[in-house]
Amino acid sequence: MSEADIIQLGARGRPGRGNRGPSPSRAARSLAPPGRRASGPAPGSSVPGSTGPPFLAPVPGPDPDDASGDREGDQVLARALAFLRRRLTGDYEIDDLGFDAELTSTLFMSALRPLAERWFRIEVRGVENIPRDGGALVVANHSGTLPVDALMTVLVVHDHADRHLRALGADLVFALPFVSELARKGGVTMACTEDAERLLAGGELVGVWPEGYKGIGKPYAERYRLQRFGRGGFVSAAIRTRVPIVPCSIVGAEEIYPLIGNLPTLARLLGLPYVPITPFFPLLGPLGLIPLPSKWVIEFGEPLRTDDQPAASADDPMLVFNLTDQVRERIQLTLDRLLVHRGGAFS
Amino acid sequence: MGRVVLVTGVADQLAAEVARTLSADPRVDRVVGVDMAPTHGDLGAVRVVRADIRHPVIADLLAAEGVDTVLHMDVRAASSRTGGRGASKETYVIGTMQLLAACQRAVAVRRLVLMSSTAVYGASPRSPAMFSEESAPEGPQRSGYAKDCAEVEGYVRGFGRRRPDVSLAVLRCADVLAADLPSALARYLRLPAIPTVLGFDPRLQLLHRDDALQVLHRAAVHGAAGTFNVAGDGVLTLSQLVRRLGRPALPVPGFGVEVVGRALRRTSGIDLSADQVALLTYGRVVDTTALRETFGYQPRWSTAQTLDDFAATTGTGPLSPERLRRVERGLATGLAGRGTA
Repeated sequence: MSEADIIQLGARGRPGRGNRGPSPSRAARSLAPPGRRASGPAPGSSVPGSTGPPFLAPVPGPDPDDASGDREGDQVLARALAFLRRRLTGDYEIDDLGFDAELTSTLFMSALRPLAERWFRIEVRGVENIPRDGGALVVANHSGTLPVDALMTVLVVHDHADRHLRALGADLVFALPFVSELARKGGVTMACTEDAERLLAGGELVGVWPEGYKGIGKPYAERYRLQRFGRGGFVSAAIRTRVPIVPCSIVGAEEIYPLIGNLPTLARLLGLPYVPITPFFPLLGPLGLIPLPSKWVIEFGEPLRTDDQPAASADDPMLVFNLTDQVRERIQLTLDRLLVHRGGAFS
Repeated sequence: MGRVVLVTGVADQLAAEVARTLSADPRVDRVVGVDMAPTHGDLGAVRVVRADIRHPVIADLLAAEGVDTVLHMDVRAASSRTGGRGASKETYVIGTMQLLAACQRAVAVRRLVLMSSTAVYGASPRSPAMFSEESAPEGPQRSGYAKDCAEVEGYVRGFGRRRPDVSLAVLRCADVLAADLPSALARYLRLPAIPTVLGFDPRLQLLHRDDALQVLHRAAVHGAAGTFNVAGDGVLTLSQLVRRLGRPALPVPGFGVEVVGRALRRTSGIDLSADQVALLTYGRVVDTTALRETFGYQPRWSTAQTLDDFAATTGTGPLSPERLRRVERGLATGLAGRGTA
């Protein structure tokens, strides 16, 4: 496999790690969505708005009268102060599910970006398979002891497809202090049929990790072997709302916290699904929480249509199981292919 | 032919207002208000009867007045009056049973409207982000007021099965927030520093008293049968609520909530029951599509407008939005001036 058909997350179609030439390869340009960041800034030029939180970014379309650095600085300052004031007075909008788009785009995504670009060096493939608008269900494999893969997928979709991925989370997410607050504001909602169908019917892009705890908490020895895909509830939701299913394969998350053991008694005591033992946790204490810098590849596969199924088939378990297996199979095959392509885990 | 409406719990201010507007409606002949506590203020043409709905006398009243519409409002009254959990459960749950028993005998009764609460859905981390009327109430913390609401709704449904000729409407109302309506929420939001659960920022919905009155009035006079969620459009998080009121929040870690709750009960008479703590931890939002499409009412006040209305009447605290706006302007001009100098 050639390296040419790769979009580097950090490079956004500009010359990057995977492409030593002075300009992006044709394959990279054609993979990147048209009219977005890859549409040909000169090598070395910075993309407006891509550095730092957007509320600090200069106004797009510079005004010739406004070229003086002082006035620009004042504007940035005024914008930052206004942002701060709106947050402090509660004068901002959230949607009915608690999603705070402004906070997500300005703060959460900026906080995750260095981790994705510098630490995991995420390579993103197949962004063109994410529908530009309308409802769609992104189904991905789950691994890594902590749901870092979900965070990274949300970021990748935000940066490359310019859409908010509304992740579906387990109830544990909403039971934990701080986690629940951040998750709601970041657009995560409860993984139940009602919420999933509400979002999909509303034309949102929804992300689901149907392996759940079985996937994320599996031992390192079983890495990249997909677990059971829940009970197929996500497929029923997609059929009922007639949205395509986009399979998403994530390689690299398995190595961030290699799970070599579990403390089931302590887990039961704390009400957690598992208490992990990794080579560095709990041995090194908080230091053990630093994820290992594995090399990541995230690939979005070709969408599976569900609108060609009769609406009643959402209640046909056989059909739902078959479609679930089909999605699972596709993700497993892609995982195997990506593993060969990636080579070493920490390369 | 006009109608005869019985309104229970008219000592409660909201119920009294509904009774008064109903008595002014030309479609309504007579309004009879019942409560065991004395009523306050001007009730207009409402005939007030001091009676206990737990007493069989209510059956005689129904027959004597020829009541055809019952608006059962005791729910709110029970929750806002002080007097301990036991007493409120007694009046509310047992009173409803007695009232329904009396209604079953009263052949003239054609319509029963129950003002219930969105509290029936409970609040838990397992809850869907938005409850629709079909959502199964769930959650292990179903106790206290939430449990009472669920029981009362159950009795009303049972009554509906035994009297299929009676048209039933159950209105699950979100918290009504108004400066002059005594409620636990209003008292809580008036505290100088508002205790919150550390690490949680629940989404809440509010209902303006005007919308509550309109919906109850319509439900009594005409309106569809069924169960309807009633709440203002949009949601606010508790942190937004607190900030818009300009009051400091006082985050309390989960294990300390009980201690703070006890202290509040002693000092300010605010009873933070288990289901209210759950609400302030996990939040609760209901879907009002059925209200708008089937019942045919569009709330005129959103959640945010309801809060702003409350804030305008009660006044904001030391961190008021206006003051922060002044600070912002001051900072912007101050810093900009230094930059150009």
